[in-house]
Amino acid sequence: MNSLAGLFITAVFVENLALTFFLGMCTFLAISKKIEVAFGMGIAVIVVQTLTVPINNLVYQYLLRDGALVWAGLAEIDLTFLGLVSYLGVIAAIVQILEMFLDRFMPALHSALGIYLPLIAVNCAILGGSLFMVERDYNFTESLVYGLGSGFGWALAIVALAGVRERLKYSDVPDGLQGLGITFISAGLMAMGFMAFSGIRL
Amino acid sequence: MAQSVRKILFTPVVNENPITLQVLGICSALAVTSKVSTALTMCIALTLVVACSSMLISLIRHYIPTNIRIIIQMTIAASLVIVVDQFLRAFAYEVSRELSVFVSLIVTNCIVMGRAEAFAMKNPPWPSFLDGLGNGLGYSAILLIVGIIRELFGSGSLLGVTILPLIRDGGWYEPNGLLLLPPSAFFLIGLIIWGVRSWKTNQVEQPEFRIQQTHNPTEIIR
Repeated sequence: MNSLAGLFITAVFVENLALTFFLGMCTFLAISKKIEVAFGMGIAVIVVQTLTVPINNLVYQYLLRDGALVWAGLAEIDLTFLGLVSYLGVIAAIVQILEMFLDRFMPALHSALGIYLPLIAVNCAILGGSLFMVERDYNFTESLVYGLGSGFGWALAIVALAGVRERLKYSDVPDGLQGLGITFISAGLMAMGFMAFSGIRL
Repeated sequence: MAQSVRKILFTPVVNENPITLQVLGICSALAVTSKVSTALTMCIALTLVVACSSMLISLIRHYIPTNIRIIIQMTIAASLVIVVDQFLRAFAYEVSRELSVFVSLIVTNCIVMGRAEAFAMKNPPWPSFLDGLGNGLGYSAILLIVGIIRELFGSGSLLGVTILPLIRDGGWYEPNGLLLLPPSAFFLIGLIIWGVRSWKTNQVEQPEFRIQQTHNPTEIIR
């Protein structure tokens, strides 16, 4: 139990997907102009990440891993190289199902998250989460906690950056740095802040 | 023809650079640049994938149904990335360990999808190939600049060869540790964007708000 809590905290702060691994940067920089929008995107990422990482974990454990097909009587088959395509397929499918499900049962949430869901299919934070899960060989429970934690960390980072950018409106930025340039520099300062957590082992 | 080839190939390098103007493919640009060798591997891998995927998508562009085009584009890109990944594991295992998941993440690198959507779906194979190559080169240019600065001033070497002898090893150069840490990549790219936009002023973004001057500064002095 203790180690799961540690894994969660590590995924949120120490190994924040956005600020220490730079995953999902394109969306991170593009959708962080307003806090409400960033918040919606953050929630969408948490939901999708919490679903896809455990499901990809099952796909990896029972279909792709070296010797994973023992239950089908095919013990010597190693399909690890198909991982990338399978994870992408799972992510795309889940995003699609989630969109239809929300449209049918929670129209209010669908209209709030609708525009972000397609963006998530190509967000590298989601695929990156699944790939890190495979690389670190998490079991099912760990992957559930890791998915939730890494999604939460990403959401935290984008909401924080949106807050900083809303304040930046009032500052006098040099012409060449306007927009993208100053966003990079503020994200860099935030990443330095998050580095205070680095080296913490839980 | 020669003129247009050069135009398609070199416009993305400076005038429409994927990183500094189109904001595509930033994730890997930040993460793999602490050493020139990883940056270089990443550049070659990405340029190959973008150029080939643009060409392949352009070849079958008339047969792709519009509503499932994204999945098809991703499948093509994923297949190419798997080839590159397996190749690196076989022939450059050390580098592929250092790049960890970032080679696989070329699939979701927005440059691949962005160029497929914006160019390859509308143009014949040869120009699409050149466009992919050009964008790959534009990406590589920024990656290599950042990688060279970070490795040279962060650890005093280039591609592992010592250029500035470190104090630790009896030389004179005190390395700047910050450059080896992730945030420095943000600052360097931010500064590169500033530099490019000061040179090509038409790329400057207009601020959404202007600060209203409430007092005339000279009046306050008086």
